[in-house]
Amino acid sequence: MKIAVCIKRVPDTETRIRPGADGTSIDEAGVKFIMNPYDEFAVEEALQRREKAGSGEVVVISLGPDAAQETMRTALAMGADRGVLLQANPIPADGLTVAKALAAELQGGGWDLVLFGKLAVDDYNNQVGPMVAELLGMPCVTSVVKLEIEAGRGLAERETEGGLEVVEFQLPAVLTCDKGLNNPRYPALKGIMAAKKKPIDIKPAQLGPARLMVQSLTPPPERAAGRIVGEGAAAVPELVRLLREEAKVL
Amino acid sequence: MANVLAVTEQKGGSLRKVSLEVVTAARRLADGLGGRVDALVVGAPGVDATSANLGGAGADRVVVATDPSFAHYQADGYAATVAAQVRRGGYAAVVFAATASGRDLAPRVAVRLDVPLAVDVTELGVEAGKVVCTRPVYAGKALQMVRLDATPALVSVRPNTFPVAPGHGGAGAPTTETVAAETAVARVIVKELKAAEQGSLDVAEAPIVVSGGRGMKGPEHFHLIEELAKAFGNAAVGASRAVVDAGWRPHGEQVGQTGKTVSPSLYIAVGISGAIQHLAGMRTAKTIVAINRDKDAPIFKVADYGIVGDAFEVLPALIEAVRKARAG
Repeated sequence: MKIAVCIKRVPDTETRIRPGADGTSIDEAGVKFIMNPYDEFAVEEALQRREKAGSGEVVVISLGPDAAQETMRTALAMGADRGVLLQANPIPADGLTVAKALAAELQGGGWDLVLFGKLAVDDYNNQVGPMVAELLGMPCVTSVVKLEIEAGRGLAERETEGGLEVVEFQLPAVLTCDKGLNNPRYPALKGIMAAKKKPIDIKPAQLGPARLMVQSLTPPPERAAGRIVGEGAAAVPELVRLLREEAKVL
Repeated sequence: MANVLAVTEQKGGSLRKVSLEVVTAARRLADGLGGRVDALVVGAPGVDATSANLGGAGADRVVVATDPSFAHYQADGYAATVAAQVRRGGYAAVVFAATASGRDLAPRVAVRLDVPLAVDVTELGVEAGKVVCTRPVYAGKALQMVRLDATPALVSVRPNTFPVAPGHGGAGAPTTETVAAETAVARVIVKELKAAEQGSLDVAEAPIVVSGGRGMKGPEHFHLIEELAKAFGNAAVGASRAVVDAGWRPHGEQVGQTGKTVSPSLYIAVGISGAIQHLAGMRTAKTIVAINRDKDAPIFKVADYGIVGDAFEVLPALIEAVRKARAG
């Protein structure tokens, strides 16, 4: 099993986000960065597949600034074999530009699986995985919550509106991983030590011109201050009246 | 040429409600660009393109592409069919729904047409002939405004954010045209659909969401959340990350930065304190109600209406009151 996992360095989900001085990106001062949470499911799945197959290689690929090496070290500490950093700072907002750079790196790699997280919790672009699949001419299943692989065939469950879809596909394939697929492991001390010696190949990302241009990044409008209607069940009639007469939602 | 294509969605041969929102957004772009709106309906033969009033939402023309393999969304065939229609029609913009299938479909079409894609758009317009969109990023902790410098401009719109403006339609009933479907070999084959409970709504699309958190004290008490959702009739059940991580509820119900971002008309948070990542996922709801024992819980800072109290005391009374209000 030769598996590529594309991961992204993103701000921690518990971090407050403030627009930066340029007005189009965030102020990174004091922001803690982590591996995109959905990418953890992708890394874990790759490791389990390699363990099950008894042999193979798990390569993590990240497009981002030099600091993304820290994110990659986390994946290496979990058990990935090596990393490839495609340098880009900032990471383009245009998902197609990113997908093309990743596809150029992945092309001809002989991968059985290329895994992504379902989406990145910073730009919410929700597109790079299926774009890479299209660019490489590989089948793609998005938002996978369950996966079985037997003799080159995959059976996956994906979440859709109103239920789960069970789909079948041939390897090699591109999958985007959703919460529920597995429980990502924490890196053990031994893994963290070993990760320091694992190779990360660093090269500039091949980025074409961006055609999705960020005009501004602004804080969301503040919600008008609400009010406490009352305490306990006694407040219910007044709440229902407000929902009906003021908010007009009942 | 400044026409706009609206890619609708159908289920079981009938158009889904979100299709009207897609047409509404497309109408806005077409008005800005000075063009026509074509609504594309992709489905199995017999799909009812009149099952929603596409003309009333602003479609000038309805384009139908059918194939027996298109009863259910299927990435390869749908992407080929949409891309072919865009090439035929020479559109200036294409609007998708940011639903599970729309999120799967739009990026594939973007690659086939070699144009960028703006996803999960909540506001859009035309400036100096270019499509500009606002989209929540960092799960709604910030708004990003983007300009699309390519033709066609591809966007997907977030459900519940483009309400149909009555009387916004064209002069008459839309004309209907049938086009050939592109039946690419499906490389991903749908074997089975495990339907959610009959009549249950997806949390990302429901007009009302009732969410429970740790304050519900255990999975055995979530029937109260379900009953309140049922009392509203058109509500979905949501959950906080804490209760999903604890295994009380399925992850499909999780609202927040690592779950779903929702924009319902009404969001009721019960026993949810309001962590940043949760608030990010629901702050664009039109009306927010919070029920929590802790009067200092951060959720009250974003709630329009709050009740300080025990969920087990408030919920039965609220369920009863909503049932009565809806019956009367």
